Amino acid sequence: MDKFRMMSQLLQSNQESFMNGISGIMALASAQLYTSFEFNCPCMPEYNYSYGISMLIIPPIWFFMLGFVLNNNVSMLAEEWKRPKGQRRKDPSVLRYMCVSISQRSLIAPAVWISVTLMDGKSFVCAYSMDLDMTEFGKNASGLSDIELVQTLAKIPCKSIFDSPHVVSREAAFRYIRCISQACGWVFLMIITTIAFLVRAIRPCFTQASFLKTKYWSHYLDIERKMFDETCTEHAKSFAQVCIKQYFEGVSGEIPSFSTQTRADDTVDGEEKPPTEEDKLYGVRRQDSMNIVLLDWHACKPPLSLKKFAEATGPNGVAHKKFDLSDKNHLNGLKGGYVNPGLDVAQNELDSCLCGLGLQHSDCDMSEEDIYRLPLNVCLLKWLEIRSVCPMCNKPIVRLQHPDAPRAAEGVQDPEEV
Amino acid sequence: MDKFKLVLQYFQSNSESISNGICILLSLISVKLYTSFDFNCPCIPQYNKMYALGVMFVPPVILFFLGILVNRHTGVLMEEYIRPLGRRTKNPAVVKFLFSAVMQRSLLAPMVWILMTLLDGKCFICAFSMNVNPKHFTGMPNSTGLDLIKILAKVPCKEDVIFKNSSFRKAVSRYVRCYSQAIGWFILLILISLGTLARILKPCFNYGTFLQTRYWSNYLDVEQKLFDETCVLHARDFSRKCVMQFFESMREDAALRLPLSYAFRPGQIHSEGAEEEDDRLHGITRIDQVDHLLESWYECKPELDVTKMAYKPKVCITWEDHNGKVLFSEV
Repeated sequence: MDKFRMMSQLLQSNQESFMNGISGIMALASAQLYTSFEFNCPCMPEYNYSYGISMLIIPPIWFFMLGFVLNNNVSMLAEEWKRPKGQRRKDPSVLRYMCVSISQRSLIAPAVWISVTLMDGKSFVCAYSMDLDMTEFGKNASGLSDIELVQTLAKIPCKSIFDSPHVVSREAAFRYIRCISQACGWVFLMIITTIAFLVRAIRPCFTQASFLKTKYWSHYLDIERKMFDETCTEHAKSFAQVCIKQYFEGVSGEIPSFSTQTRADDTVDGEEKPPTEEDKLYGVRRQDSMNIVLLDWHACKPPLSLKKFAEATGPNGVAHKKFDLSDKNHLNGLKGGYVNPGLDVAQNELDSCLCGLGLQHSDCDMSEEDIYRLPLNVCLLKWLEIRSVCPMCNKPIVRLQHPDAPRAAEGVQDPEEV
Repeated sequence: MDKFKLVLQYFQSNSESISNGICILLSLISVKLYTSFDFNCPCIPQYNKMYALGVMFVPPVILFFLGILVNRHTGVLMEEYIRPLGRRTKNPAVVKFLFSAVMQRSLLAPMVWILMTLLDGKCFICAFSMNVNPKHFTGMPNSTGLDLIKILAKVPCKEDVIFKNSSFRKAVSRYVRCYSQAIGWFILLILISLGTLARILKPCFNYGTFLQTRYWSNYLDVEQKLFDETCVLHARDFSRKCVMQFFESMREDAALRLPLSYAFRPGQIHSEGAEEEDDRLHGITRIDQVDHLLESWYECKPELDVTKMAYKPKVCITWEDHNGKVLFSEV
């Protein structure tokens, strides 16, 4: 159990903390980008404002979109939104949850950039130096025309080309604007933190029950997509191997041996043999059926409802009936003794092990499920080879016989009784 | 790599130590934030105080909210507080215990920030340099023609020209900083003595109930974690079976399939026992069952009684030997 716990922790941590790690790395990258970026205010009246404001706004937008690009769940969200209904209904709250969680993670790096820019203050100074209140800082402004005044003010952000200290004290103005910028930065951080607090800490008051559901199903969609990709990859591998094998055998002219028949006897001791490549194909063996599989996965998603193994449907969609021994048609072709697995029996009857046959016993209420879930987890056939009594109530079981053969055992009331 | 895994496992095993670790990390972040923040006093009479007190108190509020957000116990606390009664009674002492734990841990990083600003002194100098009585200090620059207030407001700014060759600025800032550091140390002393008193006196009051509430709050945390893990595992198996079922439903003719290949069911291909996988699904195999399960986990929490599961009678095979004695099988 511990291994499963670690595995599940790794799984869950892989998915969410992977995305958390990515957003953390992007936040650090944005801070580093800012420090290594050489801010270069043009110090000209026409361009100051646009340069300053675009340095504040455009990189966050870029980081936000980068967050969407790097997030795997975006394509999953798009697919889930656009797919036809199929056999599975669509849940809009799951889509909303995924959208919100993707946006939350993508908003971290832009917020870091904006707050670092505001704390540093250079872009604010560049954008707003021309709006400075001259009565406060101006020493001697009367001698200058408006245009010259504006040009002087525009040079405030650039230390090296500022040439009129007699008009306005550059350091005081710089300091003042920077102080306003830092105040804006702190207010921005405060607003963001308050919103995040309200969303995460107060949300459980309102939607906790449905929140568990949407979280589960969004996680399920992600895992299902991964599983489907894995299964397709494995299928492709097996397909390729079988195809090549067939080709070689076709070229060499040999008839492929039905070696699986002899292998049936080897499995009496209950060991699990590794499955052959053909089994891994799940019966999908042709190009067009594989194409149908891939198309249908999107066009007509299967319902979220697993069938029990004993009720697996046949290829015609006919539900497999319980193997009712009173139906004599099924007994055609069966030799004496137990059902010989080497025979060519129609698929419907032997779709599962005889354990799932639903042997009817009039005296004990063993249902089909009970038989299938025999604690020994071995086929009923093997148990009957060891001891021919019903495992639950110890009544003797008559051997399965051809309907025309004479009855051999005693103590059997019913020809249907096994 | 193994040692790292061990350390990680140790930290993850105890939810309290995770919270402590996160709390300490947040304090370190606040220290780093303070040292990298460029304090920029405006040196203008109207704005000095506002700026300085803003820098002293707004970041602690932000850090406090952050501390509550990243703490795992917040979610546990909120859920326990607002859940419907279900089959499990609510214990208000547990809620109070969780609340006080969350508050204590979240208050550490803000206090660190406030103490750092006080011990460093820049905020105090910026805010209160105008309240100093200049008569105590010599060397004040009178020749600039500015008011007293404006001169005093410029004290925090080193590079202003009016303070060249004057020891006035340094004297005033030293004086104000001394006040600031005294207040900082005093607050630190009070906090530490409060903490010590609380630790020493705690066993005197209701230690038994304290142990109980601590156990149950830890239990709630672990239960929520395990529920999430079980959901994750269940989703994994559910999806695997769903995908395989989909492939099986696309199966073409199977007349060629040799009969005993039934033994190699898709579930067993991954070399895990089919029984194990069925166990992990716990019989929940449909969308409405999953929805119902998740809803009733919140609406109607199960009772705290695991006698049925712990002492489940096991199925075994019995038969009679030739003497008529009943034999049991060990399965």
